[in-house]
Amino acid sequence: MMLVSFLFLPVLAAIILLLIKNNKTAQWTAIIFSGLTLLVALQMLYTPMDDINIAWLPNLNTRFILHADGLSKILILLTAISFPAILWATANNEYKNRNVFLSLLLFTEAGLMGVFLAADGLLFYFFWELALIPIYFLCSIWGGEKRIAITFKFFIYTFLGSLFMLAGILFLNAHSSDHSFLINSFINAHLTGGQQVTAFALFFIAFAIKMPIFPLHTWQPDAYEQSPTAVTMVMSAVMVKMGLYGILRWLLPLFPVAFMVHTHVVVILSVIGILYASFIAIRQDDIKRLIAYSSIAHIGLMNAALFTHTQIATQGALIQLFSHGINVLGLWIVADIIEQQTGTRSMKEMGGLAKKQPTLAILLVGFALANIALPLTNSFVGEFLMFTGLFQFSPWMAAFAGVSVILAAIYTLNMVQKVAYGAISEKINTIQAPNKGAQAVLIILLIIVLATGVYPQPLFSLTADTLQQLFVK
Amino acid sequence: MNAIIVSTLLGVIMMFCSWGIKSQQAQKNIALIGLFILIIANLAHMYGWYVVDYDTKGMLTYSFFGLYANTLLFALTFIYVWINGDEIAKIGNTSADFYSLFFFILCGISVLTSFDNLLMLFIGIEILSIPLYILTGADKKNMFSNEAALKYFLMGSFSTGILLLGITLIYGATGSFHLTTPIVSISTGFAQEQILLSAGLILLFAAMNFKVSAAPFHFWTPDVYDGAPTVFTSFMATIAKAAGFIAFINVFNSQYKALGYSWTLLLTFVIIATLLVGNIIAVFQRSVKRMLAYSSIAQAGFMLFALYGKSEISNEAILLYAVVYSIATIGIFAVLVKMKENSFEAFHGLGKAQPLLAFATTVFLFSLAGIPLTGGFFAKYYMLSALLKAGAGLWLVVVAVVFAAISIYYYFKIIQAMYFTAGEPAINPLPNQYKYKLLTLAILLLILGVFPNLLLNYIYF
Repeated sequence: MMLVSFLFLPVLAAIILLLIKNNKTAQWTAIIFSGLTLLVALQMLYTPMDDINIAWLPNLNTRFILHADGLSKILILLTAISFPAILWATANNEYKNRNVFLSLLLFTEAGLMGVFLAADGLLFYFFWELALIPIYFLCSIWGGEKRIAITFKFFIYTFLGSLFMLAGILFLNAHSSDHSFLINSFINAHLTGGQQVTAFALFFIAFAIKMPIFPLHTWQPDAYEQSPTAVTMVMSAVMVKMGLYGILRWLLPLFPVAFMVHTHVVVILSVIGILYASFIAIRQDDIKRLIAYSSIAHIGLMNAALFTHTQIATQGALIQLFSHGINVLGLWIVADIIEQQTGTRSMKEMGGLAKKQPTLAILLVGFALANIALPLTNSFVGEFLMFTGLFQFSPWMAAFAGVSVILAAIYTLNMVQKVAYGAISEKINTIQAPNKGAQAVLIILLIIVLATGVYPQPLFSLTADTLQQLFVK
Repeated sequence: MNAIIVSTLLGVIMMFCSWGIKSQQAQKNIALIGLFILIIANLAHMYGWYVVDYDTKGMLTYSFFGLYANTLLFALTFIYVWINGDEIAKIGNTSADFYSLFFFILCGISVLTSFDNLLMLFIGIEILSIPLYILTGADKKNMFSNEAALKYFLMGSFSTGILLLGITLIYGATGSFHLTTPIVSISTGFAQEQILLSAGLILLFAAMNFKVSAAPFHFWTPDVYDGAPTVFTSFMATIAKAAGFIAFINVFNSQYKALGYSWTLLLTFVIIATLLVGNIIAVFQRSVKRMLAYSSIAQAGFMLFALYGKSEISNEAILLYAVVYSIATIGIFAVLVKMKENSFEAFHGLGKAQPLLAFATTVFLFSLAGIPLTGGFFAKYYMLSALLKAGAGLWLVVVAVVFAAISIYYYFKIIQAMYFTAGEPAINPLPNQYKYKLLTLAILLLILGVFPNLLLNYIYF
């Protein structure tokens, strides 16, 4: 029954939070409950947890099934780390109706956990939507100036995608031998090639919008920029992983034929997206938009790696699912501290952080280096494996995608240079030492970055079973 | 038989109530008690206890499905009166008159869920429609209400004529009014009979489409829904329409096979046209009431999917859809009726001023849009599932979901107005009790959103 606590704890906290009016109490309630979820997640790494399998709607033949394998575990761990980290690091930010804000965030956590655990198609779809709806309200109520229109675009985009997925789920349900939604009966559905391609397309659109993959990415930079930073962190550290998770959990096992047919198209699209996003990132002056575009590039690389369908690249992507989340979380937290204190996101107005706040600057540099996958950082492991796989798949694609490493160095180091070095600017001069919580979170995250960079073996062994399922048949 | 007799009697009783009992509150309570009795009477029939057992010579046949549909529609009427009773009292002189019209409509509904003969279909539709014309014009001093009633009456009687002509032609071809025994089928009969039968069925189809406001026979809907008093629009768009659908399915799941392939083509055309017209025009509406009128056309498009083929799941689908759609629509109209104006601006800042009401409204809108955790999701889900089971192509499902995504646009405009735009909502003062009633509806939708089988299991026993 332990797996249920991943859903139960956040939902319970979310409901309790609606009743707490005091800001401080609310914040700590949220942190404690998400911390408890993290403890359960850590326990899961050591003791295997039984599946949950309860009849839900007998007429539809759908069941409430939760199952955790390596892929689920690594993403649950990421989610469980992200939420307390985000809540603690942004504890001093000002929000009106803080308790509602936190409550919606925790509902999102429950939705995300559900997505990563569900082993029944309809249940998966349910959680997929449930993770989205609180985000819609969070961004539209607490976001920036242009929030309403931009969030709406984001919402309709992703909702349309998920409806396509629903059509695909219906289609599979109609073709599975026992007319159920179990992932295993989907796998054994014996679709013809043409049917696979149809269903593949329906699922892939949903995942591609979520990740997002070029050319379906247009919602993302705007949405990241306009959302309150805590929500942006959730979106870019965890939510985008839903798409990649979907590919590994559903797309690849369900439609192997269609998957192999489309590898080249998707890899080429991803590589175009990587380069495109990297070039745009170079031109950005807004620090949030820069991180957003850099994130598109990184996700694109992971997607390309998955679609090479080589064991080594998939291994890299599995690790990178976790590492990217940690890195981008660190970058967002630093960016948020700067924005909260100086009121600006424009890098033109920054400079001299290293002189004014050396600790913060060191942390920024740490995460920036992780972002460009320097050896000893966690991304190096993942990206190296992914590039190796990509090279096996097609040297040309590896070469083009490899350019993105250089481009990443350009925009990331440029950012570091503009923010940390140079004369102390007027805005940076006002900056105070970040609060203890944020500092602690950043240090812990940096430790994770270095630890998994030097010794990634635990992550490898965590995801070994998934890799085996996908490749040894 | 129970329901038909009891509803007629109650209608007559309500009619005379306005003489003796002057208090509007008392009239409402009598109507509620009457509805309760009606539900009990119908339940009694379901489980084998009759007031009269009269041989109708096959004019009416009672299926468990039809009777269950009766129960649900009566229960919805109960909910409707329970919530809107006070608003009904504000229109006209005595609300007892309107309640008696409701009971006559329910009598029509009881006929429509059980007919097995085209004449009974005709009679059922007339019993249903005539009170609706009157309700539309109930606000006697309002020109819009009068205009709407006249329009509805003229168009409605014209379509009734077409219905009758269709029935006549079918009779000419088959020599029978019975649904279950077509004498010639399209493939075996003589050429003339074939022409008569096809022409008759197409006319019948057109007339039924008019009644459920499917495109291209939808033109009356926005004007009538907009002009009628909001409380009655709520009734027309939900319970009366659901009954129309059940009748529609009854007719065309027995005779349509005569038309074969062309039938599917025709139906597909009508469905796509309905979804297109409803959804696209709703996007551009400035008045919430008109937007809801077009959205009800769009929802009708979804309900038409149940016509593709009769199966267990299509039965489940139409009942679930009718109930969930009706609850959500009754709810949203109950909010609208309290607004001072029908524009989207009236909703500005409602989330802050009336959090409970805004929450309930959000649930209603989510349900109409078909978002998971609300009943609307499963309603749409069952419909699409029935569609696939009936052998329609996946492309039609994809078209349907694209339109469902478009519908998000106009439903969420209200949510945006409520929560994301600051302002003073133009809302009349609300008694707390009213909010709790709406909240109950919202919770009902949420429960159906997780366990739709609570409603559906009773179809079978």
